[in-house]
Amino acid sequence: MATLSDFKTAEKSWWCPGCGDFGVLAALEKALVQVNANPATTAIIAGIGCSGKIGNYINSYNLHVTHGRTLPAAMGIKLANRTLTVLAVGGDGDAYAIGMGHFMHALRRNINITYLVMDNHVYGLTKGQTSPTSDMGFHTKTSPDGSIDEPVHPLMLAVAGGATFVAQGFSSWQPQLSRLIVQGITHPGFSLINVISPCVTYNRVNTYEWYKKTLVNLDEDPSYKSSQRAQVLARLEESDELVTGLIFQKPSRPYEELITGFSSGPLSEQVGPINQDLWDHILDQFE
Amino acid sequence: MLSWKIGGDQGEGIDSTGDILIHTANRLGYYIYGYKSFSSRIKGGHTNYKMIMANRPISATTQKTDILVALTPQTITLNSQEINGGIIVADQAYSPSLPQGTDAMLVSLALSQMAKEIGSPVMRNMIAAGASAALLGFPLEVIAQYVEKRFQFKAPSIIEANRRALHAGYQAMLQETARLPWLPSLESPHPGERVVMTGNDATCLGALAAGCRIMSGYPITPATDIMESLTKYFPMVGGAVLQMEDELASITCAIGAGFAGARAMTATSGPGLSLMQEAIGLASMTETPVVIVDTQRAGPSTGMPTKSEQSDLLALIYGGHGEGPRIVIAPSSVEETFEDAYEAFNLAEHFQAPVIIATDLSLALWQQSVERKAIDGPHIPIDRGEVYSSSEIGESASFQRYAFTADGISPRTLPGTAAGQFLATGVEHGVEGKVSEDPLNRSRMMDKRFKKIGGIHDLRPPIRHEGLRDAEVALLGIGSVTGINKEARILLEQSGLKTAVVWLRTLSPFPSSQCQDLLAKTRHIVVVEQNATGQISQLLKMANVFDSRYHSLTKYDGVPFFAEDVARFTQNLLTQLEVKH
Ligand SMILES: Cc1ncc(C[n+]2csc(CCOP(=O)(O)OP(=O)(O)O)c2C)c(N)n1
Ligand code: SF4
Repeated sequence: MATLSDFKTAEKSWWCPGCGDFGVLAALEKALVQVNANPATTAIIAGIGCSGKIGNYINSYNLHVTHGRTLPAAMGIKLANRTLTVLAVGGDGDAYAIGMGHFMHALRRNINITYLVMDNHVYGLTKGQTSPTSDMGFHTKTSPDGSIDEPVHPLMLAVAGGATFVAQGFSSWQPQLSRLIVQGITHPGFSLINVISPCVTYNRVNTYEWYKKTLVNLDEDPSYKSSQRAQVLARLEESDELVTGLIFQKPSRPYEELITGFSSGPLSEQVGPINQDLWDHILDQFE
Repeated sequence: MLSWKIGGDQGEGIDSTGDILIHTANRLGYYIYGYKSFSSRIKGGHTNYKMIMANRPISATTQKTDILVALTPQTITLNSQEINGGIIVADQAYSPSLPQGTDAMLVSLALSQMAKEIGSPVMRNMIAAGASAALLGFPLEVIAQYVEKRFQFKAPSIIEANRRALHAGYQAMLQETARLPWLPSLESPHPGERVVMTGNDATCLGALAAGCRIMSGYPITPATDIMESLTKYFPMVGGAVLQMEDELASITCAIGAGFAGARAMTATSGPGLSLMQEAIGLASMTETPVVIVDTQRAGPSTGMPTKSEQSDLLALIYGGHGEGPRIVIAPSSVEETFEDAYEAFNLAEHFQAPVIIATDLSLALWQQSVERKAIDGPHIPIDRGEVYSSSEIGESASFQRYAFTADGISPRTLPGTAAGQFLATGVEHGVEGKVSEDPLNRSRMMDKRFKKIGGIHDLRPPIRHEGLRDAEVALLGIGSVTGINKEARILLEQSGLKTAVVWLRTLSPFPSSQCQDLLAKTRHIVVVEQNATGQISQLLKMANVFDSRYHSLTKYDGVPFFAEDVARFTQNLLTQLEVKH
């Protein structure tokens, strides 16, 4: 059985002291241990951004892709080898700006992978521009008079887009966050976990203190039913998504099980001479 | 050699009529070549389907048409200049007439009327198929058998209507032929075990045989067939075709699958290729195998989606930012497309690099007779490259995925292999995959990635040729142009000029010294290519191969070269050069 130290690398962290991403990494490691994952059978696909550095700090098979493209890469990996635990991770820009197209289609496709979005409402790595989740009026170098773009609401979008599992965590609330990641990994389909992960350098508005005051933990609300789509959407609307917990889940059968005739074993083992009778049958169609 | 062409409105079954005639001719032992001229719309708009048949292999279409079946008056106006002493079969319904000066015999048949009698106006094309078969002297049973096979899964009423239409057309033409002063003369066939396929078919079969089990793509002409055909085949072998949201996703998904050990591919054309460039760099940098097919069409932008061109070559080799080595191979026939398709997967895994197969619309879409034994899937070689199992990894604390080696190839591990974990990143990295900006490491890693693909020429002859030994002139090209060059060679040799055909199979890394050596003694070389800026000539210039013996012939109007054009150009060129001497 793997322990926390098995998932650690010797790499020195690059993040600013106090960055929310430390908490995401810690919760992820704990969750991997809890689901009994093994570094050799875990694949982490990271995007570009401060958040995307996470792959440098975790011991597993890691693919660090181009900006915004974690989901299609994760899809390819999962389909190639279903025995792997596959997670995609990236920032809010990576997910909801340049990667938005893939996000919407990953929701529809419901591959059995887990997507952690490290949401700090700002572009960290490029040093502080507005992000798709920045609040209206948020001041940055590219929005000196305050952002005038309506922010993306990832949770509502996910629920409306066909998601089978949606959660939101907060990097400071470790036990809940790692529990949500465990739930996401065990969910048989695509799981979105949007993680509020404050940027202490470029976001002086959405700070730890601010979140601690405003976030409501739905896991502690017995009246909240994560299976009732209409109620979920109403609650997200009225709270402006300032909630944490398991937001929405519905019964799910992963995409890979729906593909006609698709092999369930690792595809690397499927390479070998093609059957002669099958070949003859196929060539006959060309006569 | 004889050419038959049918024309009509798009959506009228022109393609299936052509397909039926082509398969029938192939079954009768003729070599065939099919050529369509179509536009980017579904219904309406004029379309043609041309079949060339001969008793020797043919690799290009011809200018001349011997028999034209005109379902609409427009077919006659558009094509009459191609007919030189041939036959035009037309529908009585539109009271056909021939334009002034047309040198053809007009055979008017009641195609629409017969279709109406059978009870379905859509049967007009099947009547035309029957009539054509009779005119060509094909036995009725042979065409009827093929039609039966083609429609075997249709409703009995449809099968019966098709049969009646075919017979009606055949009989009607038989009555006409009795009255004609002459009939098209057919060479005797050259029977053999042959199949009819397109380059796209061959790509699919190559991928299938190679063990490709993931194809992620986004529909685009003329690559879509590849996705569609693999959708048919993959369930038989446990693979999956994934229709993605765009080409960014298509290639990235294939790269992910390749990282995890699957043989994976995507297929696209110009616009999709442009979107894939950043990810091709990722595959190059992370040393991940992936196969990309580019069925080139006329660009830039949307260009002419249904017209052939060879104008992506520089983008395939140098496209995208930075300097990311990739392998680019170019098949020059349907048989070579099969060969290159399976070989691409071997090369991608052997060299741990993106491999691009550059075809073009003409090669991708036009049907040809191919010897069945040339498409031998069960006996192809398979090379998985160096992949370590956990016992081979050794004792070191962390696996050196990008270790420096003599040939630049570092053994890799697949996810799932104990102790083989590593970081694959598009950021420059050291031997363990960890991010590194160390200048020395950077230079060594760049050199390593370029060096390793240099080994390709030892595994795969980069150039092929025919007739080079005592040739006075060589026609050099790639893709569908090679077929045209071969036909041009036949014409040139007939006029007494010793001619060779040379074709490049590997474009990146460019086989500079191999070109130099091979053509060292050739007096004249004509580089024939279907693009405006002479991209192959540019590559030859960059490689310091292109000297005063080289001449460039380009075409970029969307219409393929005709062998006659290439032969005429070559002859005029040689005459001019003689005059200068
Ligand atoms: C195609 C492309 N465009 C732009 C960039 C530059 N870039 C790097 S990270 C980034 C945004 C990062 O923001 P986010 O995804 O929110 O991640 P964070 O750094 O905040 O974790 C951008 C625009 C890039 N690497 N690639
Ligand atoms: S800039 Fe912001 S997001 Fe990036 S490491 Fe620093 S605190 Fe974290």
